[in-house]
Amino acid sequence: MNFDYSDEQKALKDQARRFLSDVSPLAVARKVLEAPSPGFDATLWTRIGEQGWCGAAIPEAYGGFEFGHVELCALAEELGRALAPVPFASSVYQFSEALLHAGSEAQKLNLLPGIASGERIGTLAFSEGPGVLSAGRISTRYSNGALTGTKLPVTDGGIAHHGIVLALGDAGPDLFLVDFSGNGVTRQAVSTIDPTRGAASITFQNTPAEPLGSAGKGSGSGLEQLRRIHDRTAILLAFEQVGGADRVLEMARDYALERYAFGRQIGSYQAIKHKLADIFVKNEVARANAYYGAWALASNAPELPVAAAAARVAASEAYWFACRENIQTHGGIGFTWEADCHLFYRRARHLGLVIGAQRDWKRRLADRLVRRVAQENAQRSEA
Amino acid sequence: MNFEDSPEEARYRTTVRHWIADNAPDMSGLGAEQRRNWHPGHKEIARRWQATKADAGYACISWPKDRGGAGGTAIEEAIFNQEEVRAGVQFTYFMTGLHMLLPALLEHNQDALALNRVPPAVRGDEIWCQLFSEPASGSDSAGIRCTAVRDGDDWVISGQKVWNSGAHVADYGMLLARTDPGLPKHKGLTVFWLDMKTPGLEVRPIRVMSGESELNEVFLEEVRIPDSQRVGEVNDGWKVVISTLMNERAALGSGTGLSWRDMIALAGQTPSWEGSVMEDPAFREWLADYYVNVEAIRLLSFRTLTSLSKGEAPGPASSAGKLLWSNKTQEMTDQALDIQDHFGLLDGADLAVLDGAFQHRFLWSPGLRLGGGTDEIMKNIIAERILGLPGDIRVDKNVPFREIPHGR
Repeated sequence: MNFDYSDEQKALKDQARRFLSDVSPLAVARKVLEAPSPGFDATLWTRIGEQGWCGAAIPEAYGGFEFGHVELCALAEELGRALAPVPFASSVYQFSEALLHAGSEAQKLNLLPGIASGERIGTLAFSEGPGVLSAGRISTRYSNGALTGTKLPVTDGGIAHHGIVLALGDAGPDLFLVDFSGNGVTRQAVSTIDPTRGAASITFQNTPAEPLGSAGKGSGSGLEQLRRIHDRTAILLAFEQVGGADRVLEMARDYALERYAFGRQIGSYQAIKHKLADIFVKNEVARANAYYGAWALASNAPELPVAAAAARVAASEAYWFACRENIQTHGGIGFTWEADCHLFYRRARHLGLVIGAQRDWKRRLADRLVRRVAQENAQRSEA
Repeated sequence: MNFEDSPEEARYRTTVRHWIADNAPDMSGLGAEQRRNWHPGHKEIARRWQATKADAGYACISWPKDRGGAGGTAIEEAIFNQEEVRAGVQFTYFMTGLHMLLPALLEHNQDALALNRVPPAVRGDEIWCQLFSEPASGSDSAGIRCTAVRDGDDWVISGQKVWNSGAHVADYGMLLARTDPGLPKHKGLTVFWLDMKTPGLEVRPIRVMSGESELNEVFLEEVRIPDSQRVGEVNDGWKVVISTLMNERAALGSGTGLSWRDMIALAGQTPSWEGSVMEDPAFREWLADYYVNVEAIRLLSFRTLTSLSKGEAPGPASSAGKLLWSNKTQEMTDQALDIQDHFGLLDGADLAVLDGAFQHRFLWSPGLRLGGGTDEIMKNIIAERILGLPGDIRVDKNVPFREIPHGR
C-alpha cells in the first residue's frame, strides 16, 4: 500500500518542476496566446523532447525510455501546473497510447521512435461536429486504402505529422493511421477558447490510410477501441488537471494573503476561506481518483475503465471549479486580459472537453458501475 | 502508487478475515430497529464482540501491551477495522473511550487508579463518554464555563455539559472544566476523569430530530472528585483536548454505512417513467458524481494507512474526508427518498425499502455535519492549517475569560 509517488518518482517530479519553471514560465503560454502562432511553442517542445519525456511510457524496443506510466503521470502533473503550450497530450497521451494499446508491431516500430524523441507529433482525429460522438454521426469514410471526409476540431491537427482518424470502413467505425504531411490532407487552423493549444479542421480527399492494428483490416469496433484508448488518456489528462488545479488554488491563496479590504487580508474572511477550502476538497477528490487511475494504468488492473472515468469526472470538475473561483477570489483584476487567471480558465475548459465532456464520461462511469455490480452479484451467486 | 496490501499486510488481512468470519456475533435474531445503535440488544452484542476481540488480542491492537493493548501496529489495527466494516460488525460504543479518551488519559496518568480502568474498557465492560461541549461552547470549544474549584485534596465541579454521546449508558467520563477564569480562554482549563455515578451528576437524554436519544445533557452540581482524577497539569487542559479531537476527526473521516452499491440496487428495483430509475439519465449523472466523491473517501483512507505504515500521524487533511462523508451521506439519502417518489415518505421497517434505512439515515444526516466539528470548522481548519490563511480576528484573544462578552 502506497498512496503516493515513490522517492524516485518524487525526484523526477521535482526535477521536472525546476526544469519547467525555467523553460516554461507563464510568459511562454501567454506568447502563444497573443502572437499569431501554430498553437504551441516550438522551442519549448524541442526542449521537452530532449528530456526524453515523450518516450516516458514507450518501451525501449520502440525507441522509448521506459520510465513507466506512473512516471508519465508525474510529468503530466508538472506539465499541467506549468500550463506548457505543447502538443504533449495529443502526441503522448493519445497517439502514443493508441499505438501501444492497439497498433500493430510494424506500426509501433515505424512510428513510436519519432514520437518518443519528440521529433514527430501525433494526434487523434475523431470529432466531426457538435454533440456526443456516435456511429451514426461519422461521415468520414474509408475504402480501398483511402480516406475522404472532414474532421473538426482536431487538437494539434495543424502541427501533427501523424494522425489516427475515426472513419466508417467496410465493417463500420474503425481507426486509421494517416500521414498528415502526405498527399490529400488539407489543414486549416481554427480558433478555440484556448489558443495555447492549437486546433485544426482537416479535410481528407482520397488520402492514403491504413487500419490501426495487426489485423490489417477494420473490425468495426473503432468506437469501442477509441473509448479504451481514451480511458488511458483520461488518467494522464487527470494529472495535468490536478497539477493545474493545485497551482490555481495556490494563486488564489497567495492573492487572498496579499490583498487587503476593510483593513484586513481578504483571506481572513470566511467567505474566502471557505471558498478556498471547497477548492481544496475538490482537488483532493480529483487527486485521490487520479492516483487510483495511475495505479490501474500502470498495473493494467481490471478496475481501469471505472478508475479512468472517475478520474476524468473528478479532475474536470475540480480544475474548472478552481479556475472559476480563482477569478472570483481575485475580483475585477482577475477578469482582465493582463492577469493570468484566464490562461487557466481557458485550459481547464480545453482539458475538460478535449476527449469528451463530463456528461458523456458520467454516463460511461454509471454504465461501468452498474456492470461491475452485476458482475459482483453474479460472482456471489456462483460462490 | 500501489493500492494493494504488501505480502505481510495481505497475510494479516487473510488471518483476521477468517478469524472474524469464525467469531463474529450472530445478528440474525435482531429486527431492523434492534440493529440500530444504542438499542439494548445491539449494545449487548457489541459488548460480547468487544470481549471476544480482547480475549484474542484484537482489541486496541496498536496499544502497547503494558497499557492493555495487543502490542501490534497501527496498520494492523486499520486493516482489522476495515475487515470489521466489511463483515458488518463494527460498533461505535467503545470508540470514544478507546480511540479518544483513554489514550489521552494514559498519556498523562499512569497511576493505579487510572490503569485499573483500562482492562474493563478494552473488554467493553465499561463505556466512556466525553464531557466537553456546553450550551455556550459548541464550535468555540474552549469557551467552557463549567467550573472546577480546588477544595483541599478535592475539586468541586459545577456546570452543564451537552451533546454527550452515550452519557446515559457510560460508566466513566472525561470532563473539561474552567479552573481559572482570570486567565485567557484557552489557558485556564483543566481535564478530569470521573465515575458517572458520582453524586451531584445527572444525565438527561436529548431527543434529536431523528427521534433517538443517544445524545445527552449532563448537569453537575457540586460534584466532588479527588485531585488524583485530574488529567495533565492544572490550567493546561487544552493540550489534552487537542489530541482527543484530532483522533475523533481521523476516525470519523473513514466513512461507514450505506454505499453507492445500495443506491444502484435501489435504483434498479425502483420504477421510473420507462424502465427503472437506473435508466434515468439524471440519476446516472448523479450516481457518477456521488461515486467519485465517496470513492475519494475510500482512497483517502489509504493515504492515512500509508502515513501510518511510515510511522507518521495523519494530518489535518483528514478534515476533507469528514466534510465529504457527512455531506455526501446527506445528499445520498435525499436522493434515495427522491427516486422513490411518494413512497419515499414511508419509514417504517414493515413497509419501507431496506427497512427504512435510507429514511432513518436521512433524518440523522444533519447531525453528521455538526458532530465532531461542523462543516464550517472543518473548512476553517483546511483554510488555516493547510492553506496557511490567517485566523479570523478574535475579540477574545488575550482577554481574561471572565471579561469576554457572551450571550445568555
